Amino acid sequence: MNNFARSEIATASGDSLIRSTAAQQAAALAAGDISSRELTRLHLDRIAAVDGAVGAFLDVDAEKALAAADAADAARRRAAEADESLPELTGVPTAVKDLIVTRGQVTTAASKILEGWVPPYDATLVKNLRAAHLPILGKTNLDEFAMGGSTEHSAFGRTANPWDLGRIPGGSSGGSAAAVGAFEAPVAVGTDTGGSIRQPAAVTGTVGVKPTYGTVSRFGVIAMASSLDTPGPMARTVLDAALLHDVIGSYDPLDSTSLPDAPRGMADVVRAAQAGVDLTGLRVGVIAELDGGEGYQRDVVDSFHQALGLLEEAGAAVQTVSLPHLEYALDAYYLIMPAEASSNLARYDGMRYGLRVEPAEGPVTADRVMAATRGAGFGDEVKRRIILGTHVLSAGYYDAYYGSAQKVRTLVQRDFAAAWQQADVLVSPTAPVTAYRFGEKDDPLAMYKLDVTTIPANLAGVPAMSLPSGLSGDGLPVGFQILAPQRADDRLYRAGAVLEQMLENKWGGRLLAQAPELEVQ
Amino acid sequence: MSAISKDEVIRVAALARVALSEEEVARLAGELDAVASSFARVNSVVTADLPATSHPVPLANVMREDKPGPTLDVEELLAGAPAAEDSAFLVPRILGEDAAS
Repeated sequence: MNNFARSEIATASGDSLIRSTAAQQAAALAAGDISSRELTRLHLDRIAAVDGAVGAFLDVDAEKALAAADAADAARRRAAEADESLPELTGVPTAVKDLIVTRGQVTTAASKILEGWVPPYDATLVKNLRAAHLPILGKTNLDEFAMGGSTEHSAFGRTANPWDLGRIPGGSSGGSAAAVGAFEAPVAVGTDTGGSIRQPAAVTGTVGVKPTYGTVSRFGVIAMASSLDTPGPMARTVLDAALLHDVIGSYDPLDSTSLPDAPRGMADVVRAAQAGVDLTGLRVGVIAELDGGEGYQRDVVDSFHQALGLLEEAGAAVQTVSLPHLEYALDAYYLIMPAEASSNLARYDGMRYGLRVEPAEGPVTADRVMAATRGAGFGDEVKRRIILGTHVLSAGYYDAYYGSAQKVRTLVQRDFAAAWQQADVLVSPTAPVTAYRFGEKDDPLAMYKLDVTTIPANLAGVPAMSLPSGLSGDGLPVGFQILAPQRADDRLYRAGAVLEQMLENKWGGRLLAQAPELEVQ
Repeated sequence: MSAISKDEVIRVAALARVALSEEEVARLAGELDAVASSFARVNSVVTADLPATSHPVPLANVMREDKPGPTLDVEELLAGAPAAEDSAFLVPRILGEDAAS
């Protein structure tokens, strides 16, 4: 179980340990081979060595992380004395997307309008992380207010893809994905509104899960589009994602959309699947509308079909399933999302927190201060979505845009309901293309269209996972997406765990082991 | 579908309380017109009798007993405010000069 004896840790300077999985790190902690303080220190050292090049973190608070690690070590000692069990990840450090509020630690949503803001409370999922004693290494970079798919739209600099520092790490949770992919954090928390966990996972060769909407609390997650935002785990393996999923998921009376009976025990599902490597009886539906065509990279589709072959080899019955209204899902999303965002971002008014800018001339009144503050504090992409959202909600346009988009959402949900009659899980490539070069997609419409594969899950509130299915011809990771019905998150973990195991057998190890070495400073 | 002109961007920016430069107005008008025209296709597939879905899960109001509990620390809360005085947020005046006179 535990592959890391104390002597190995000493001789390898911890390098092998930080490249291991969160489950392996947890095992080393449980065996007493290393303390959480030592493990956290190793990760802080790695961040210091490589994050200048990667840019995954906006804020690292070593002091707080080490204090939390000491508390984890103390909790382990107490539990051992009392013969009590602890959450498996106790003492394993994590990183948190800077869209999620952390008491006493700067939270900016990567926006100048919140620069330097220190929240007076913790998000519920952060409370869960603290209760399970996962030291928080720092806050990770994102597209401003989670608006973007490349982490180029952060007010504080872009994040690079650890596979190729000239390329995007995906977004908006690009910082969390890059931190996991660059071995700066074993696991991280992201948020997914239209694919912001799954697409960065796909392009960095990591695993990302968008749980069923309402099963991980949004309380304290800075809102972009409330009916779509879903926090979730990002990790190097399906098991690690499951372990983190089990920590952050909880019913929360502070979130009116929280589901009281959220699925639990994902790690147990993964371990059972790994023991059997058998998918006999599982009906896998290939989403016809997302299986290649215009805009898809050829080798992304090839990698997807090779993985399908493995699912069949494991006993799954693969068939094609059509969801005919998916062709309108992207349109509906890009009307609903900015509408909700324009409403949610009204709270940045320069009055109670964050930036306040007075108008350059004229009277200093509340509405003029608000306009000046928002004009100066928001970046281009945020302004674009606020203006679009206000337009589609305004009198005369509401029915044609927002009202129709909400009806398309009904059609998409009906499509999914029909599809679940034919298949237990649905699959597609996670993203139509691999990581592109910085600046390559500067046209908003072109960028939005890349979300076509991930958006349907958010409109329907269903859980979805991305895991690596291989490398493209240019040596970049490709993601495989699995979707399941609401509250059937366990199916993602079962199918994902089996596919991952078969792929690793084929590759002779994890895909991330093939990532190029980063230059250590 | 009506186009998003410069005038519409100016009107909506005023509603949304976002000060934009002339350059931003011109750029946004072009970009948003392309975006909105592209996504207006949603109209072609829906009918009047089709119900709208606002949310992926059924919503119920969350109630709790009306009793005092711990609140956020006032000093901690005000520490993040742009301006504060006497345990309160200090804000610009609500009314303009014309309205105040």
